[in-house]
Parts: sequence; C-alpha cells; structure tokens
Amino acid sequence: MIEALKQRVNDDAGLVRRGRYLTTSFLLEVGATSWLISIFEGKIVSVTKGPFVMPSSSFALRAPEEEWQKFWSMRPPPGSNDLLALVRRRVLKTEGNLQIFMANLRYFKEALAKLRAGVAA
Amino acid sequence: MSARFEPITGRYMQLDLFGRPHRIYVEEAGEGRPLLCLHTAGSDGRQYRGLMNDTRVTASHRVIAFDMPWHGKSSPPAGWHDEEYQLTSAQYTTMVLDIMTALELEKPILIGCSIGGRVALYLALEHPDRFRAIIGLQAGAHIDPYYDLNFLHRPDVHGGEVCGAIVSGLVGPDAPERERWETLWHYMQGGPGVFKGDLYFYKIDGDIRGRVAQIDTKRCPLFLLTGEYDYSCTPEETLAVANSVPGCEVAIMKGLGHFPMSEDPQAFLKYLLPVLEKIP
Repeated sequence: MIEALKQRVNDDAGLVRRGRYLTTSFLLEVGATSWLISIFEGKIVSVTKGPFVMPSSSFALRAPEEEWQKFWSMRPPPGSNDLLALVRRRVLKTEGNLQIFMANLRYFKEALAKLRAGVAA
Repeated sequence: MSARFEPITGRYMQLDLFGRPHRIYVEEAGEGRPLLCLHTAGSDGRQYRGLMNDTRVTASHRVIAFDMPWHGKSSPPAGWHDEEYQLTSAQYTTMVLDIMTALELEKPILIGCSIGGRVALYLALEHPDRFRAIIGLQAGAHIDPYYDLNFLHRPDVHGGEVCGAIVSGLVGPDAPERERWETLWHYMQGGPGVFKGDLYFYKIDGDIRGRVAQIDTKRCPLFLLTGEYDYSCTPEETLAVANSVPGCEVAIMKGLGHFPMSEDPQAFLKYLLPVLEKIP
C-alpha cells in the first residue's frame, strides 16, 4: 500500500510543483515497519521497505499502525484527520531535522493523505 | 456582467491603545443590537464575512468586526520593526473594552473564536456587565503547545506557507472548498511572527483553568459552540469549561472544525441563529 505513494504523488502535477524545491529522504514508520522515501524536486523517486541496517534520512515520522489506519481511512475520525492531529495526541512522533518537514508541511500533509482510501490511483 | 456590492462597510479608526496611537480597521453590516466579533489567532475580521452577508443575522444585528493591531488591514504601532509581538490576556481584554468604548457599543453581544473564545471567557469572568451575552467559539481554558512554535517565525521557513499548513487540518471535512481555502488564505497573509505572537496568549499566558468556575452566567449569559473536528481546542476541552460553569449552554457542532464562521458559514448559522434567538 505504501508503495502507491510514488505514483499518486507524481501524478499530481500541482503537488509536484509545490515540492519543486524539496529534495530529501525521510523515514515513515508504520508500527514496526519502516519505509525510506526519497524525494527529488517534488517527485517521489523511491519507496523502500525496511528493515534497514543504516538508513540515512533527514527526519522520521513514527506512529502505531492503528493510528495510520485511521489517518488513511476514507473519512478519518476527529483527531485522526491530519498529521498535526496525530501530533497533538502525541501518537505521531516527529524526529530529526524538522525544518525540512515544517518548511514543506503542506506538501507532506497532502502527499501522505494520498494513501487515504478512496483516493484515485 | 454586473457588479454586486456586499452590504459590508469598512473604516479606519485612529485610537490610542496601551498608551500608543493605533490605526484599526473596523467593518460592519446590519442594524440592530450590536454583535461584536473577534477573529482567531493569525487571521482577521474577514472570517465573519458569512455573518455580515446573511440577512437572518443583519436584519436585527449590527455585526461589527475589527482587525486586531498587527492583523489584516490594521497596522502594528509605530516602532513595531524593533519589537517582538506577544499578545497577553491583559492587553487583549483592554483592547476589546477600549474598542467597544470608542465605538460607543452599549452592552454588545460578543462572539469570539479560538483566542477570541478564550478572551471571551476572560471577559465573561472579569467584565460580565459590559455584555448582553457572550458566545465563545472553540473556547477552552488552556492548551498546551503541541508543536514547536518557533517554526512559525524563522527565516528558513516561509511564514505564510507554514501558518496556512499548520491550521489546514483544523478545517472540518465538509467545508466547501472555496470557504476552506479563503480561510487558509487569511492565515497565509499574516505578518511575520504575528500568529506566533497570538499563540503566546493562547498557549502560554492565557491559562484560565483555575478561574472559569467563577464565571457568573446570571450576570452575563454564556454560550459555547465548538466544532467536532477541532483538535486545537477539542470538544472535550470546551465541555470541561461548560461543565464547570453553572448555567453555561454548550453545543458541539457536527462536521465543523476550528473556524466555523469562516470555513462553513451556512452550517455554522444553523447553530448560531438559535443562540441569537435565545438572547433576550
């Protein structure tokens, strides 16, 4: 499912345009499963499933699997409808160089919402 | 194609606040008993455009919204370029009362959202006799910071982009796209450090948890309306205030978020109009 991120983001020309100054790699952790996601000028170039020995990334987003499932449901309930809603409930941990995350916050919010049920592939 | 003017008029008011000259933008629509509207942190009075354009409100209310200093079309005071803007509860209550006096508003109904909802609690507690009734939207007694506020004002993060992105998820899921993005645009237009300076009141200075139980609703009726999807001021936090204030009326608004009057005026009016009718 996480692999779908690449095509869904890259197919959204507006999202890629807004990310045109964004080149980075970040870790997405869904429970115990890690994914290393690499972005080049707004396009996702790879989504690689862990485990990793020494992953290099600028920052990591970590939440329990059930929290991501609610976030990715078609109509997320209150408290699960946004990355910052998860942060507010202290279930999403953000770690690393968060300047990159915050400077591109709209991009990351919209990119990760692409994995929501009902979003066209 | 014909032009259509909205029934809103705006004026600039010169007024001394906190001992310094200020230029304050005030707009209004309608006639009747005054309804004074306070916008959220980092935004401006345009949030109340829906109320000012709805005859169900304006037929019997003079709806007034001002942009706080540093916000919207109001200026920061001279000397601002060497200062850090930080809103405090004392400044905020003084500002509202001084502007009421300047506009000669006799016992207005007050409606305030978010930081405006918080200061509404302060005013209900400290100045109940100045108001006919107080309506707090997204009003809670305190909120702990849940992200690093410094990201709102630093040169390597675009202030407009990050302020809009911070609050985007606070809009409810059913908001019409046009109103959702209008609401976010106001955030994207805020001056550097202004949203952060407002949140100093919201998250640090303005903790009123220990005092809300002293609000006397016999002196001033208090109504609290909070959107179901607000994760900044959650329904639980509003209900906690309501449960500690005897006589306080409360409703949780289904599907709405943190900016009910701006993100979905029509859905919000279904909750507001019955409240206005109840106010004698």
